[in-house]
Amino acid sequence: MSDFHPNAKGGFIENTLEGLHFALQRALYAEASASRTGMLQRLDPRVKVAGFFAMVITVALVTKLSLIAGILVLAVALAVVSAIPIRVLARRTWLGAFLFSGAIALPALFLTPGTSLYGLPITVQGVRTGSFLVMRAETAATLMLVLAYTTPWTHILKSLRIFRVPVVFVVILGMTCRYILLMLETAHEMFESRKSRTVNRMTPAENRRLAISSAGVLLHKTLHMSNEVYMAMQARGFRGEVYILDDFEMQARDWFALGAFASVATVSILLGR
Amino acid sequence: MHIPDGYLSPATCAVAYAASVPFWRVALKRVKKTMNSRQVPLLSLFAALSFVIMMFNLPLPGGTTGHATGIGLATVVIGPWAAMLAVSVALVVQALFFGDGGVTAIGANCFNMAIAGSLVAYAVYRLAAGRSPLASARRVVAAGVAGYVAINFSALLAAIEFGIQPLLYKDAGGAPLYCPYPLSIAIPAMMIGHLTIAGLAELAVSAGVVAFLQRSDLSLLRGTAGKVRDAEQAAPPTPSKSLRPLWAGLAILCVLTPLGILAAGSAWGEWMASDYADTATRHQIASASLNHEAPARAPEGLARLSSVWTAPFARYAPPYIRGAGFGYLLSGMFGAGLIVVGFLLLGSFTRSAVRAGPDSA
Repeated sequence: MSDFHPNAKGGFIENTLEGLHFALQRALYAEASASRTGMLQRLDPRVKVAGFFAMVITVALVTKLSLIAGILVLAVALAVVSAIPIRVLARRTWLGAFLFSGAIALPALFLTPGTSLYGLPITVQGVRTGSFLVMRAETAATLMLVLAYTTPWTHILKSLRIFRVPVVFVVILGMTCRYILLMLETAHEMFESRKSRTVNRMTPAENRRLAISSAGVLLHKTLHMSNEVYMAMQARGFRGEVYILDDFEMQARDWFALGAFASVATVSILLGR
Repeated sequence: MHIPDGYLSPATCAVAYAASVPFWRVALKRVKKTMNSRQVPLLSLFAALSFVIMMFNLPLPGGTTGHATGIGLATVVIGPWAAMLAVSVALVVQALFFGDGGVTAIGANCFNMAIAGSLVAYAVYRLAAGRSPLASARRVVAAGVAGYVAINFSALLAAIEFGIQPLLYKDAGGAPLYCPYPLSIAIPAMMIGHLTIAGLAELAVSAGVVAFLQRSDLSLLRGTAGKVRDAEQAAPPTPSKSLRPLWAGLAILCVLTPLGILAAGSAWGEWMASDYADTATRHQIASASLNHEAPARAPEGLARLSSVWTAPFARYAPPYIRGAGFGYLLSGMFGAGLIVVGFLLLGSFTRSAVRAGPDSA
């Protein structure tokens, strides 16, 4: 979430490799997790996308911490019945969101004007606003992680059509997802090969040059690959028009789940205003 | 820079989505019109490239690291409208699947970075690059400046979005419901990091990759270059010739600096601690401040801090020069000279950095 890491350990190659590895691992885990047998995995992707988006909007709308906490508990319960272990949620979402939002919320405890809390230099209003920030970020991130780990990514993108997202945008998003994995792999291999040829520790200036030349080489590979993909698309009959198969079918349990999501969202918004 | 869920109110997010939709529609139309179906895989792959570049922890001077977004680079290579779509797609994928940026804030993040960022980057690049040849160092500098200005403009927009939240949304007890920091805190907090760290990362990636492309495939820079002066047919004017009128103008301005003495009083808000003890000056302050009387003594903080540093040319009147006019002239020449030397050093540093380029990696 942050744009810079003043305390990043290790060299540029190690840090970048770690980041690329983490992203690849997350993508692969999501794919494996989405194919497990669980309650959410059995639902229509459109219901899940609409339901989880509604819950995230609800979290943003309600102004009672207890309701946001309730939605977080619900998200955790849904994760558990969908074969996503709590430790995965803790490691991949809660810790990062807490550290990031916590660091941003901390000064607000002291800077927000209001009533002093037990004579301390922090205010009641500061604690409340900081709690809102952290709780909303944690809950929304958990909801999105549960959605991403219980639904194949291509299905999530296809489901965006229910929000009238143009077909061409959905197709570009789908292709992007596929090529992100390929580019992550390519970048990973590039940096690994460089690491295997590096004996001494590189200076920051050398690292900068390596990053820039790697970005340049990736750009070349991108354009080369773009031509190849386009030729392959033409070979398969692509003439500029894009179509996607809407092969989802609503069943009774999907309607029930949709009703449940709608009810929770409506009741929370009514209670939390 | 990637705004998470919960930092912006739903109303702000809705406005940001509404502001982004027309740009996306125009971008899709323009991309369809100006390019062909080849654009579909190109956009996807550029979005993927932008995603991967965002993962590079670029080492920066001072021992810290920063992420570039690739806005400047994408704009220079595929143009602002296609870059707008490619970076938007990368941001949507990050928000949906990697938890980087919130789903409710996708509109705001796309507006700040993909839309405003690419349009600003394009304007700055075209303005700074002019009609210079594709292989010129000026294009490298232009790309770097475009990336730097674009990311800082995006950060400023995000800071404004953060900063208006406590003004608009508070609960009954006065606690802000979303981002708690007002503009006076949000803007410096965001801008310090971006002006110094994230901006440098963007500058390095944009300028560095353009320098790399100048050596490896110049044609990639042609798409957004506009009318380009042919480097071989029309030799660039020598700096001494093209800059001669500017040097002459600068010399005339320096000579005219003693005219500043004719202006009565001092500029509003630039009073010295000793001015408060002077009745005539206090009268001037009052008449320039809607008749609000100035205090008889300088405020304590102002009096304390004003003695911390004594400028060698205080009030443009060096103590060792008797004539006020000559003192003004000398101050003008010294100030202008310092600025010129500073820029010459910066230019020499930039040229050597460009020459070092990515080849030495």
